[in-house]
Amino acid sequence: MKKLPLYILLTAAAVVMIYPLLWLVGASFKSNEEIFSSAWFVPSSIDLSVYVRAWRTVTPYTMGHYFLNTFLIIVPKTVFAVVSSVLVAYGFARFDFPLKRLFFALLMGSMFMPAIVTVTPLYMLWSRLGLHDTYVPLTLPALFAAEGAFVFMLVQFFRGVPREFDEAARIDGCGSLRLLVYILVPCIRPVIVSITVFTFLWTMNDFLTPLIMISSVEKYPLSLILRLSADSTGDGYELRKIIAMSVIGLIPSAVVFAAAQKRFIGGITEGGLSG
Amino acid sequence: MKKRSYRNPVGVGKYTGLLLIMPFIIGFSAFTLYPFAASFVLGLTDYDGVHSPGFIGADNFADMLAGSEFRGAVWTTLKYTLVLVPLKLAVSLLAAVLLNAEIKGMGVYRTIFYVPSILGSNLAIVIMWQFLFTSGGLADQIMESVGLPAIGWYGSSGSAMAIIVLLRLWEFGSAMILFLNALRDIPAEYYDAAKVDGCGRIRAFFRITLPLLGRVMFLNLVLQTIAAMQEFSAPYMITGGGPMKSTYTIGMLIYDEMFRFHNVGYANAVSWAFFVLVTAIVLVLFAVTRRRRGEDT
Repeated sequence: MKKLPLYILLTAAAVVMIYPLLWLVGASFKSNEEIFSSAWFVPSSIDLSVYVRAWRTVTPYTMGHYFLNTFLIIVPKTVFAVVSSVLVAYGFARFDFPLKRLFFALLMGSMFMPAIVTVTPLYMLWSRLGLHDTYVPLTLPALFAAEGAFVFMLVQFFRGVPREFDEAARIDGCGSLRLLVYILVPCIRPVIVSITVFTFLWTMNDFLTPLIMISSVEKYPLSLILRLSADSTGDGYELRKIIAMSVIGLIPSAVVFAAAQKRFIGGITEGGLSG
Repeated sequence: MKKRSYRNPVGVGKYTGLLLIMPFIIGFSAFTLYPFAASFVLGLTDYDGVHSPGFIGADNFADMLAGSEFRGAVWTTLKYTLVLVPLKLAVSLLAAVLLNAEIKGMGVYRTIFYVPSILGSNLAIVIMWQFLFTSGGLADQIMESVGLPAIGWYGSSGSAMAIIVLLRLWEFGSAMILFLNALRDIPAEYYDAAKVDGCGRIRAFFRITLPLLGRVMFLNLVLQTIAAMQEFSAPYMITGGGPMKSTYTIGMLIYDEMFRFHNVGYANAVSWAFFVLVTAIVLVLFAVTRRRRGEDT
């Protein structure tokens, strides 16, 4: 029972950590008065109809529409990120070429680049190309290994794959690209899963880029529709509807996190990437 | 990167690698180098997004340095960073040390501590946070229940800043995971040896654990500093930058000048200056911690 104080401490901390989320779910069933009268998260009654109203949103479109929009961004972005990061990491991990160290330093440096400083010039660039209010500015950069962290992670894993694999394949007449696809990619499948998971979560969370790039309501991803509904304080201002929309908006990330949970906390370093 | 030179395989030219990293070269040029150059050039103009831009020299930069707006936003951003980052590092390290103990059910605690980091930057959470601190909201109710007076969280500059600091502090999970992984790499023999020498737990932490965490501490410091310095969505959604601009970060300044007031030239000048400032801070962090991080960097 020497561990008891530790358990008590951890449990207390865990309650503090999780309580806001419990409160959020509970508050989606509470009237405005109840929200401001009780700190206890369990609602006095459960009326699921608020979720029906939340699903309809404050626009002519349903939450389903905004989910679909978000996935239309996530899917190409993920494919782009995986393909480009794998190619670049393969180049860094397995080949020698001029200025290699310089480029690798730039890659590392780009990981420490605050996105906010590139927002204005990139907005100007995309507008001039006529791509404002399309998903191109949100997805295309992923095709150019925009996340240095992914490349870095892949390089580490490539180094763990014995070079004898390469040599054997080359002796059998395998070219550089076939070697990558048939020998190396199967070895690094776990990292590819991680890249997919992170691209998913980051895109779900991204707010600034869609905020400046997407202007029509029908093209909004989830984050923007949440902002819109939080700002629309009009008729019969009903907190629980906004809160229910927030809960709905969190479900995809929560599901992906639950499914990939081991990957984050099971001793794999990628966990540190989350923000 | 540790240089381990190996020759390319037979039949592979020295440009194959260069070809493979071409996506990065293009991407870096288009999405990092170009914005850096473009924001500087646009910063030298009076462009308003409508009329054709006129060259005005360093006027924007002079205005920026002379006026209170930019300096105020820089100061707010730095203050926020200086409060948040040390707190976050301390809390995440403490949590990592506690969670490193070998007890049953640790996986559950790790997951719970980590969840806010995963969901936290989702806008839904930012909106929720805003409700938690409205007058009579959960924060006030909890304060009342322990006998403290309810304070108008959004009314004073210190408490408004506290709302945002608390939100980001709550999301300490990713820093914690990095610490946790580093803690696991410390061989248990070190602690056994210390014990034999009569070294207590607390002293072992300061003499063994902390020095060995130098590298990951630095990584967390840099990552968290950069994240804090570009804080935008929380002040934008929760406080609107107020009261009296006390939570008005550089991110908000850039956004407002660009997209609300259409001072394109000025917004770009600010972006560029901030770019330089962040780079300088990161370089200083690198330089200051070089000795502590050891030779292998």
